[in-house]
Amino acid sequence: MSACPKILSQHFDVPNAHKIEVYCSRGGYTSARKVLTEMGAEQVIEEVKKSNLRGLGGAGFPTGMKWGFIPRQSKKPCYVVINADEGEPGTFKDRYILCLDPHALIEGVIIACFAVKSHKAFIYIRGEYVEPVRIFRGAVEEAYEKGFLGKGIFGTDYSLDLIIHVGAGAYICGEETALLDSLEGKKGFPRLKPPFPAVKGLFNSPTVINNVETLACVPHIINKGAEWFSKLGCEKNGGTRLYSVSGHVKKPGLYELPLGTSLKEIIYEHAGGIRQDLILKAVIPGGISSSILKANEIDIRMDFNSLAAAGTMLGSAGIMVMDETTCMVKALLVATRFFAHESCGQCSPCREGTGWILKIVERIWEGKGRPQDLDNLIDISQNIEGNTICAFGDAAASPVISYIKKFRGEFEHHIKTGSCDLVEAALK
Amino acid sequence: MIKNSDFTYQYKLELEQIMSQYETKRAALLPVLNLAQEKYGSLSPEIEKAAAEYLDLPLMQVREVVSFYTLYHTKLKGKYHFQVCRNMSCHLLGCEEIIEYLKTRLSIDVGEDSEDGRFSLSTVECLGACEIAPMMQLNDRYIGPLTKESMDEILSKILSEQKI
Ligand code: SF4
Ligand code: FES
Repeated sequence: MSACPKILSQHFDVPNAHKIEVYCSRGGYTSARKVLTEMGAEQVIEEVKKSNLRGLGGAGFPTGMKWGFIPRQSKKPCYVVINADEGEPGTFKDRYILCLDPHALIEGVIIACFAVKSHKAFIYIRGEYVEPVRIFRGAVEEAYEKGFLGKGIFGTDYSLDLIIHVGAGAYICGEETALLDSLEGKKGFPRLKPPFPAVKGLFNSPTVINNVETLACVPHIINKGAEWFSKLGCEKNGGTRLYSVSGHVKKPGLYELPLGTSLKEIIYEHAGGIRQDLILKAVIPGGISSSILKANEIDIRMDFNSLAAAGTMLGSAGIMVMDETTCMVKALLVATRFFAHESCGQCSPCREGTGWILKIVERIWEGKGRPQDLDNLIDISQNIEGNTICAFGDAAASPVISYIKKFRGEFEHHIKTGSCDLVEAALK
Repeated sequence: MIKNSDFTYQYKLELEQIMSQYETKRAALLPVLNLAQEKYGSLSPEIEKAAAEYLDLPLMQVREVVSFYTLYHTKLKGKYHFQVCRNMSCHLLGCEEIIEYLKTRLSIDVGEDSEDGRFSLSTVECLGACEIAPMMQLNDRYIGPLTKESMDEILSKILSEQKI
């Protein structure tokens, strides 16, 4: 078992760590103070670049580079938007940070805003997160009272406001441009890129959008140095990660481990292995949008590049584990129902395709499948992929293609016999 | 029944505070609707109109936003709103059974409200708490892992008007 320093989760077990006194007594806000009083904006960006911190919301884009894209001489104000619309099924890490270490996030926000010369940040939190919103709101109020937010922070002439914006329930608002539309008071419709938010984002101004987990890493990078941080991970992937593990494991929960930890180790050592010592059947490694892996494929490093090479992705690091009792037809039905439900409806391949896929999978599940259904499903999915405004289309297609490719026999059997008896037989 | 002016009149200070945070009036739409729903329990046509007038928006733009987001409802929900997650982790650990059980215990179907206004039952997509699957949101609270026994307990507390 790899020994992993606790960084993002170091305060999770500390009583009242969400209170500012406790956070400060443990060295909190020293990084933000250091940045504002001793460092220049460029220097901060350089440090984050060197740390190899990558966006931890799902896309994995290098954070320092993203900050560097903000035009230096823009006459318009620049905004920082924090994406706390955690909605990728299988993922629950940001909820922990918001509830158990909100000041680490606020400190990260201060540093990010200073680096890109922004004076106003918006955090977009999903509407279902009533308790996290309440706790985070309390933390923001404390930070204002202490003078860590507002005018003249730490006695400098730097000012910053942090506004909490609560969403209203729509998975697509986790997509960064849909989130911006939603923040502007519209339906959450993804925008065509370019222009990228760094040039034309919120209120048509340059905007940086970062995930909660990403920003919570930033104070630690400043505190202990980019080199220390980059060494925690593996090549081009600095730091640790919060892996959300759920499904058929003995100990579902959130585990902080280095980027690049093996999936097998996470499931069998940290999450306690498969419940009732049943046999593992499949794993979704990075939230429901990532392609599924078969049991014999889990000897793999959990980093952006290794998973991409295996035809899937790290995404939000939401690991969902399925044992031998899982019917893959039903699992695909659950996934496709979700995508059909959440498509924003802007592009026809996505809107029509996800609905069509759902109908066919539903039919197979009900025992009325036809022999040509599987090829049709793959065909429809491939016609969505790459033909849409946002990545949702690809996300909707990848489960369909990977489930059928990897478990074709089970799907064919289901179509032929109209029932699930393969799973039942395996259990006898 | 509230009149459309009541909302903006009664919550003037809170609304002004919301407005002051945004660069455009329109950007305040979600927070304004969130506030209205919190105060009145649902977004009636009168509220939609009040929001539109307050923010200088065509009524249509308010309507399309109300219908786009799943947390907005135009009719009052029951006093106890059971929202059971039906996404993957909850499915793997048996949310279907939980939903069926709730249907019988509450005597309503998914998407329905009980006639006495006490219960509503909905299914929702991942609530970001898969580690406690199968789980649900009961009003503001996340509860899980759910079993028939734990639901019996919750229901008996509700029925005897105790705190959950
Ligand atoms: S791909 Fe789907 S979700 Fe994305 S913009 Fe098009 S219709 Fe909307
Ligand atoms: S799948 Fe139910 S909370 Fe995530």
